[in-house]
Amino acid sequence: MHMADALLSPAVGGTMWAATAATTFYCARKIAHRLDERKIPLMGVLGAFIFAAQMINFAIPGTGSSGHLGGGLLLAVLLGPHAAFLTLGSVLTVQALFFADGGLLALGANIFNLGFAPCFIAYPLLYKPLTGRQPGPGRRLFAAAAASVIGLQLGSLGVVVQTVTSGMLSLSFTGFLMLMQTIHLPIGLIEGLATAGVISFMIRVRPEIIAEGNRGPTSAGLPFARVLAILAAAAILTGGFLSWFASEKPDGLEWSLENSADRQEAAATARSNSPDKLRKRIALLPDYNFRAAEKTGGGVKRPDPGTSASGILGSIVVLVLVVLTGLLLGKKGRNRDR
Amino acid sequence: MTDRISRAFYDIGRLEIIAGRDSFVHRLDPRAKLLVTVFFIIAVVSFDRYAVAGLVPFFLYPAAIIGLAGLPVGYLFRKLLIVSPFVICIGIFNPFLDLEIMVNLGPLAVSGGWVSFTSLILRFSLTIGAALILIATTGFPKVCMALEKLGAPRILAVQLLLLYRYLFVLIEESIRMIRAHALRSCSRRRPAFRVYTQLLGNLLLRTLDRAERIHLAMLSRAFTSEIRTVRRFTFGRAELLFTLTAAAAFLLFRTIPVAELLGGLILEISL
Repeated sequence: MHMADALLSPAVGGTMWAATAATTFYCARKIAHRLDERKIPLMGVLGAFIFAAQMINFAIPGTGSSGHLGGGLLLAVLLGPHAAFLTLGSVLTVQALFFADGGLLALGANIFNLGFAPCFIAYPLLYKPLTGRQPGPGRRLFAAAAASVIGLQLGSLGVVVQTVTSGMLSLSFTGFLMLMQTIHLPIGLIEGLATAGVISFMIRVRPEIIAEGNRGPTSAGLPFARVLAILAAAAILTGGFLSWFASEKPDGLEWSLENSADRQEAAATARSNSPDKLRKRIALLPDYNFRAAEKTGGGVKRPDPGTSASGILGSIVVLVLVVLTGLLLGKKGRNRDR
Repeated sequence: MTDRISRAFYDIGRLEIIAGRDSFVHRLDPRAKLLVTVFFIIAVVSFDRYAVAGLVPFFLYPAAIIGLAGLPVGYLFRKLLIVSPFVICIGIFNPFLDLEIMVNLGPLAVSGGWVSFTSLILRFSLTIGAALILIATTGFPKVCMALEKLGAPRILAVQLLLLYRYLFVLIEESIRMIRAHALRSCSRRRPAFRVYTQLLGNLLLRTLDRAERIHLAMLSRAFTSEIRTVRRFTFGRAELLFTLTAAAAFLLFRTIPVAELLGGLILEISL
């Protein structure tokens, strides 16, 4: 689920960072404004709780697999959306740095995907209206499941859109979309189940905690609209600024479109040409040089065979040099330490 | 399962122990290291999807830091391997979808998909490696302080620090709970759903009580939601030199195809 640096282009990564930074500053100001200082240690400890909770799995009957808590929705219920967003951001930061989940450029996208959707969309627009004032256990279960599923679906949609606009994959938009959304459907359901279970337990044992969290800002309308406006402005600004120096290659969507157009064209020419050429095109091992030469005029810049030979040789030499440098510096460092 | 958790826990501890060592890189101001890491990642991900040779010179940075700081290579490599499945799972579609031949290595024809997959793996190793190296030479608390000094909201920095402090405590707590459950349930590997919610609920209750106690303890020690450190950070000559050298090198590697030029030179000499 975690977005990775390797799948992102700087323009998309930067845009997502801007969106996350804007939301973070907005949330921090909101919390500082309310002067709820007691919440800060609570946020930190609950963040650590999410970590610890994700280490406890439960058995899913009949499948042999296991599920665990997602965290976003539970945090929103306990802390309110603003504090939950910051806490989730901290959890993801620790994951990025210590467990190397995703990476630093992707951190902005990850916080946005996994934090914004559950805290500012699923919680205020689904969970709260669905639970109402005095929800029974069944209704709470339904609300938690619906909010978790939608939150996670939006998050994985974010991953798909960011990856495809970065243009690192050959997988088409719809193919990747189907794959990701289907995988995350049962995960969202299980997370919703776990969240509802914990909330029910808390209400049975200490109802005041859940009630306290719900006392947060009830008017989700205005601040939400403001966040969206800030985000849109930030996205347009950074997108426009960053794409200025980003590479001029077509992005993934354009690229896959171009690719399919290319193929149709090729098929058309093949049909009109002699069967010999057709066989060449659909053969398992076609004439590589011919195709490679033909392809250089395509939309994506491709290295020609000459430069790639020297590129491969040079890469090997550079790698050897790199390893030698590392070893040399290491030796020098150890000598100095002695 | 307890073993796996203990191992992950030990793993974090080990990274922090490495961060506590002393070397030229460890002594640098955390802000300088954070900035250089960000430059590095941006330079690496700005290559187009078929870049392979262009990415190779960038391995100089992790190699140099690992050498200078005396970091354990095997350990860092294992950490990379643990998180690699996601990128590999998504990237592995490239070779099957992008079948156009791009490079001929003698009798072996390599398709564009394999080239972009290789590029993806290189990118992944470089960016994740850079983040790991940052933590291994700096330590998490100092990264938080650098974040605050560079303009992140203070609430975020403070609660990041608190999260990190209590991470260890709560992970130990959850390990104890799992062990207790295993001992009382004929070593069933995972609790059933009903038991699970109660376990988690109890963990949450203990967490909340702990947060209350922590806050009171902090207040009685004059906490004003501000982190204070004894050591002052200075962005001095060494930091400036480090940042500028690294930035210049990244710019050079980004604009000049070092590996290809070197390869061409060798081919010319040998032919």
